[in-house]
Amino acid sequence: MRRILNRPELGAACGVVAVWVFFALYAGGSGFLSKAGSATYLEIASELGILAAAVSLLMIAGEFDLSVGSMIAASGMTISLLCERLGWSIWAAIAVAMVLSLGVGFANGLVVVRTRLPSFIVTLGSLFILSGGTIGVTRFVTGRTQVGGLHEALHFDSAQAIFASRIGGFSVSVLWWVGVTALAAWVLLRTQFGNWIFGAGGAPEATRNLGVPVPRVKIALFMTTSFSACLIATFQAVKFTGSDVLRGTGKELEAILAAVLGGTLLTGGHGSVIGAAFGALLFGMVQQGIVFAGVDSDWYKVFLGAMLIVAVLVNTYVRVRAAEARR
Amino acid sequence: MRSHQKLRALIGSMAIILAAACTKGEAPKPAGQEGATQAPSAQRKDVKIAVVTHGQASDTFWSVVKNGVENASKDLGVTITYNSPQTFDMVAMSRLIDAEVAKKPDGLVVSIPDPNALGNAIKAAVAAGIPVISINSGSDVYKQLGVLLHVGQTEYEAGFGGGEKMAGAGVKNALCVNHEVGNASLDLRCKGFLDAVTKAGGTGKVLAVNAADPTDSQQKVTAALGEGIDGIMTLGPLGSKAALAALKQGGSVGKVKLGTFDLTPDVLAGIRDGELEFAIDQQQYLQGYLPIVVLAQYKQYGVLPAGGILPTGPGFVTKENAARVIELSKQGIR
Repeated sequence: MRRILNRPELGAACGVVAVWVFFALYAGGSGFLSKAGSATYLEIASELGILAAAVSLLMIAGEFDLSVGSMIAASGMTISLLCERLGWSIWAAIAVAMVLSLGVGFANGLVVVRTRLPSFIVTLGSLFILSGGTIGVTRFVTGRTQVGGLHEALHFDSAQAIFASRIGGFSVSVLWWVGVTALAAWVLLRTQFGNWIFGAGGAPEATRNLGVPVPRVKIALFMTTSFSACLIATFQAVKFTGSDVLRGTGKELEAILAAVLGGTLLTGGHGSVIGAAFGALLFGMVQQGIVFAGVDSDWYKVFLGAMLIVAVLVNTYVRVRAAEARR
Repeated sequence: MRSHQKLRALIGSMAIILAAACTKGEAPKPAGQEGATQAPSAQRKDVKIAVVTHGQASDTFWSVVKNGVENASKDLGVTITYNSPQTFDMVAMSRLIDAEVAKKPDGLVVSIPDPNALGNAIKAAVAAGIPVISINSGSDVYKQLGVLLHVGQTEYEAGFGGGEKMAGAGVKNALCVNHEVGNASLDLRCKGFLDAVTKAGGTGKVLAVNAADPTDSQQKVTAALGEGIDGIMTLGPLGSKAALAALKQGGSVGKVKLGTFDLTPDVLAGIRDGELEFAIDQQQYLQGYLPIVVLAQYKQYGVLPAGGILPTGPGFVTKENAARVIELSKQGIR
């Protein structure tokens, strides 16, 4: 029992069960329990979950990345523009977007570790730069704010099979989500790099004294979050055969929310990738469950906010109990 | 064992809190259905129509559409749900449509500001045998998506009409303020407007502002005014409010002609007092009301208009008819 109570993801796991039971009772008759209903919230959870896995790793290392939301817009637009304007193969366009995202992540990380400025501010800056740059370039090149027609791009069918196909009614991104979460959890819990991540966030000075290259760890993690944003952008660009300049708005906060719901501390040094997956699932369930329950969407944010506070209270409560149980 | 009980209590209390949060959200709904109990046929109450639009709750324009939907539901006694994403987020909106389709409604009403992003979700609804009507945005694509009918205003023509009116008032250097960058319909309005101005021998350009931040919008318009602009076209109440504030700040109300899309009490008062030249009205109340009527009749009796676009606009509100429209606007109908 003590070992279970000790897990940071316990709160979010309880939340997932509670929310599912609640909507099953309250909205089960209107399709929440149906396959199509489950597929809609799993699809949302899968995309947010991939982002949240990377973001939670970065948060455990004590940093934030607010630029991921506009990175989604920038990557998606890069893919769409290269295909639509230059007739590139979609794979080449995706590769360029991925390199670009790694570059942005590297720049974010470098500025943060070199200047010692709070990453909150640095990445808020890159959020604005990316989002403004996306609008600027897109309007300069096309005169519009949406670029579509991706389904006519070279090699689109193979990209669709990998990023946007459906398996038994469920989006393939759910498989990606499971894979990414498993990989991130393995890195965090079973590798030396994972220990470095905990150390970089929990006790940076002591970790540095042990000879761990903390700056390099952080830069790598910034590159990971940026790359995961690019992955989401690829999913959405292929699934919706195009991009618009506002895509991904607010995703940075949703990813942080999922990580916090999953028991990751805002101050770093403590957290869980599995928890972030539960957090994303919780978020997806609430977002779609409210529709199935027929609640006016005007009230959606009230519900979400209340849930966030409850989840954090549960986490804190569980952690205090766990600390007592250990004594 | 002790911790087992704690855990159970924990889950229990969480469920209760969640339940409480949700019941609160439900509370306003019964008001709309009170009228339904007096509806002549019980059959009608079983007709469920889902509405998914891109209009945020904070936009006065969309609250009129929602009033149209709710009044139609009251008048006809049918059951409706109304949903929109929290921000102008097409991915979230397509997932709202997915969720509504999974609920298997008798009819679906959608706005289509981005056919690329929403196309698949709408096609899936059509494939599931749900009759779909599009409103407001999407007049150019509704047919190829399998949508039965479009209720709204054609954007380019409405923008063009606004441009002609503006040029008629002597405007040579015009500005089109886009408050919802990413919405293809708004891009078309600006294009129509600028084409008409250019055709009449003037020039013009587009200014993108952030609808969610009125201060930002106002300051951007103020900055643009320095470039010798003598006419501004805004695409909705959020834009016109910011543009008017900017004109007041610069002391150029009346000197710079201001025209806008869509009516609010503020816009109407502005027209009455001569601060605004004109407003293009698309009578969005009908965009909420009519599709509910059409879908309810289609479900009950299988009758349907022959297809095509049911135009709800454009019409112009100028100083002459402003007073009459003001009364209705106060009731949230125009």
